[in-house]
Amino acid sequence: MLLASETEPAATEHAAQAAGWFLEHAWLVPLIPAIAFFLIIFFGKRLPKGGSEIGLASMLAALVIAGGAGYQWIDLVGSSEHVEAVSNTTEWFSVGGFHASIGSHIDGLAVVMLFLVAFISTLVQLYSTEYVRGDRRYTHFFAALTLFSSGMLTMVLAPNMVQLILGWEIMGLCSFLLIGHWWEELPNAKAALKAFFTVRVGDMGLLVGTGALLAMFGTLEIPGINEAAAAGDFESKSLLTFTAVALFIACIGKSGQFPLHTWLPDAMAGPTPVSSLLHSSTMVVAGVFLVARLYPVFQVGLDITVLDNHFNLIAVIGGITVLIAAGLAFVQNDIKKVLAYSTVSQLGYMMMGLGVGAWVPAVFHIFTHAFFKCCLFLCAGSVAHTGSHHSFDMKKDMGGLRKKMPVTFVTWMVSTAALCGVPFFSGFFSKDEIIDSAHGNHYTTFYVIGLIGAFMTTAYMTRATYLTFFGTPRGGAAHFVGHHEDHSHEPAHDANSVDHSHAMAFEEEHHDAGATHSHGHDDHHAPLVHGRPLPFAKDDSSWQLTLPLIILGTLAILSGYLNAAPFKIHKFHDWMHSSIGVELPEAPEFEWANAAPSILLVLAGFVVSLLVSKAVFGPGPSALKGLTERNKVLGAGHRFLVNKYYLDALYENVIVRAIAYPISRAAYWTNQHVLDGIVNGVGRGGRATGELVYKYVDQALVDGVVNGSGTTATQAGGALQPVQSGKVNLYGALLFGAAAVGALVLVLVNS
Amino acid sequence: MLVNNFLLLGAVLFCIGVYGVIVRKNAVLVLMSIELILNSVNINLLAFDRLHGGNDGNVFALYVIAVAAAEVGVGLAMVLLIFRNRKTIALDDLSEMKG
Amino acid sequence: MVLAADVQPDIEIAQNIGFGIIAAVMVIAAVRVVTSKNVVHAALALVMVMAGAAAQYLLLAAEFVAVTQVLVYIGAVMVLFLFGVMLTRAKLGSDSDLDNAKAWAYALPIALLLLGVLVYVLVAGFEDDKIGASGSEPVAGRTSAISDLIFSAYAVPFWGLSFVLLAAAIGSIVLARKD
Repeated sequence: MLLASETEPAATEHAAQAAGWFLEHAWLVPLIPAIAFFLIIFFGKRLPKGGSEIGLASMLAALVIAGGAGYQWIDLVGSSEHVEAVSNTTEWFSVGGFHASIGSHIDGLAVVMLFLVAFISTLVQLYSTEYVRGDRRYTHFFAALTLFSSGMLTMVLAPNMVQLILGWEIMGLCSFLLIGHWWEELPNAKAALKAFFTVRVGDMGLLVGTGALLAMFGTLEIPGINEAAAAGDFESKSLLTFTAVALFIACIGKSGQFPLHTWLPDAMAGPTPVSSLLHSSTMVVAGVFLVARLYPVFQVGLDITVLDNHFNLIAVIGGITVLIAAGLAFVQNDIKKVLAYSTVSQLGYMMMGLGVGAWVPAVFHIFTHAFFKCCLFLCAGSVAHTGSHHSFDMKKDMGGLRKKMPVTFVTWMVSTAALCGVPFFSGFFSKDEIIDSAHGNHYTTFYVIGLIGAFMTTAYMTRATYLTFFGTPRGGAAHFVGHHEDHSHEPAHDANSVDHSHAMAFEEEHHDAGATHSHGHDDHHAPLVHGRPLPFAKDDSSWQLTLPLIILGTLAILSGYLNAAPFKIHKFHDWMHSSIGVELPEAPEFEWANAAPSILLVLAGFVVSLLVSKAVFGPGPSALKGLTERNKVLGAGHRFLVNKYYLDALYENVIVRAIAYPISRAAYWTNQHVLDGIVNGVGRGGRATGELVYKYVDQALVDGVVNGSGTTATQAGGALQPVQSGKVNLYGALLFGAAAVGALVLVLVNS
Repeated sequence: MLVNNFLLLGAVLFCIGVYGVIVRKNAVLVLMSIELILNSVNINLLAFDRLHGGNDGNVFALYVIAVAAAEVGVGLAMVLLIFRNRKTIALDDLSEMKG
Repeated sequence: MVLAADVQPDIEIAQNIGFGIIAAVMVIAAVRVVTSKNVVHAALALVMVMAGAAAQYLLLAAEFVAVTQVLVYIGAVMVLFLFGVMLTRAKLGSDSDLDNAKAWAYALPIALLLLGVLVYVLVAGFEDDKIGASGSEPVAGRTSAISDLIFSAYAVPFWGLSFVLLAAAIGSIVLARKD
């Protein structure tokens, strides 16, 4: 990589020179954090700040270069009609005629993501210096965080699929490390494993898809693939569909789309900065990014026609995800889980946008969503860190915090408004354009889904806001608010002694609290000493926490104005549209009349949810309280949501079990439980259904039914059972015996 | 000299090794049988190398030797660990993998 | 060094005789490895096979591999095996509990079937092909040519192999240490 500029042929050298130093040297952006990772690992513990200074400095350096690249890209777009992507690569390895290069490939999409990731990473690292202070694996935390940023940056710069996979897998690894950062507690370790395995399921798709791309196009260079796919330069449409499906499975896994979304809420077991960086604003958009990057492949490959209806599979999955995740967000008591499902739902919006041909709005939604969702997560962390004794339970430990934590409250409100799509906040400009495009491109179903999603988003965010910042303080929040009420009238001592007493009192209280209610999982085990807050918000979190909040909150408003359709601003579109690769229908002209339904629905969601929240969670008696216990239908619905549509149960009890236990074991089991023979025979579909049938259908009848595939499975299983003896020698005998027989057959066939 | 001299010797050693892997119960002896198999492969590699000219077979044989050394190291460490935990290295007592 | 280089008849006869003797020793020793009732005897028989293989490599004009075979197998691997035998407290003298009961009943057919297929394929496939017939005369001292190959065409596998060895070394230590 270091040799890149020397080994490049002179011609490209010249072109790159013209593009500007930062664009040419964008490969430094991932490289700096990667080097920083090794420095932190090897020297971090000996440094006064435990390696966090290296991480922060490297991210700042990356941000400067990414910012410079962004500036120069804008310059480039402004100066010429037809912009070419700036590539700077060198050969990485070559195997049997296949050459893989490594380097940077910069176009509008890459440069936006580059800047976004570097920016958010820097703020999150600053936030983390305070948030995980005193943690026993402080250094490792920063190392993993830095490596993660490096991985993501490597991926967004990727000129070919090989480098993309490299970055993709680095992120998967870091995600695992960071979710399981507090692995001493079993749920955290389990959540880390679940996230890793679920994403791995998708990653298989990435490998298969990449192989298929190579087979089909003969190259793994992304621009080449895109051109060939857009031009229809491939042999069979069905192979392209297969490839796109395989790649899309990877996107589903990484971006938490239905049906592989279950890992994302569990991943909230990690420290809050991790949730904020990885699982809301950057890593999970990797899937969306991949779809945007290889858009022609998906656009052409996943285009399906059912009953004369022309639509894209991406939009279907995205649409389902929008609704399913938004529904789940209503029943969560953990503030981070609400945000997690909200993330899933917003990712669904992005996918849906890509699916309905709204490429620029979808990418723009990545951009705006990163700011406000990151801000929301950091607010949640700030609340837990300072206001609720490290608990994330909204019902038990929060409430009434708005006056005590003004900075957190205001930034939360701003970001919530952005997320809900309140006009003139950033989310409005991106989300509404997705919905608008669905309407304009005649996808009525997805238009309606988008509107319902907007309604639901507002409703659950209102509920969460009400529970956290309004009403009466409960649990940890009550401690916090009460404590500060005592002190707020005291004359200010000099700052140090205030800080000191603050810290002491807090520690004391912390011990009390430990006895009465259990801490949330985000609890670290060091004595708590909170840092210095900003001068105008004395009771709020310290400046390392609130400064990123203020910056992100500001951007949650401002970032939308890069592509504000109502004001005819299309800067973002101008920077990006060269990355699309296929012709898309023109975005519809913005009209307030078109935006009115969604604005009205947002308003309706707010009002309805506020009234319901007040009635259910507020003080005073209400007919709505305990409704789910009294009303059977509502209760069942509630339970259905609390159990996450029973998807986890399906995965763990049916699918994982079937894989974990060898086939013969399962088949042997059917000897005793004939019923499951049917289930096995038809492909282990619905175990629950099976049990019902077993209950009500007579044994004799069952025997009659089973004679088809069920019996076959049973007999095969029974015959195979002694094979699974657990004896190594026997396995060896089978291996060699099978090899011998196989060779014999080959010889006989060929001779 | 016929190339089949060497190839047949390799085949015979290979099959003896296979027999050993299946028949032996003592884990150390199973590892020895695996070494027999690896050696037979090496003989084949070198015979083909001589048949076709060039030195590629030599390189492969060297790599096989290196991998075999690594394999024996790890294998014996595992055997030791098993012995320490269970006081036996008879493979038929180890049936955790039973389905 | 007198290698199989020259295709003179008298030398070829000598080579064939040498090959036959060594091969016979190897096969007998190999059979002892898998049938002996004494673990230490089995290990010593394995030494015979290894040494025989080294000699065969010399006949194949692969002196560097032969020397490596002696160094690595007879020198290092066998010592490891003897350590393994010692540390797992194998019985001294013969031990009737080394084999799986009745395993020979299926091991022998499998081995013979495999042998039959292999022999048939080899005989049918190579018939009377002679080694060294392709015209490339092996030179004494191919070692430098081999090293050139290792560090050019096969550099990446070499590099990977070094990682394997490192991982194996660390892995063995982690597995075998007591704590």
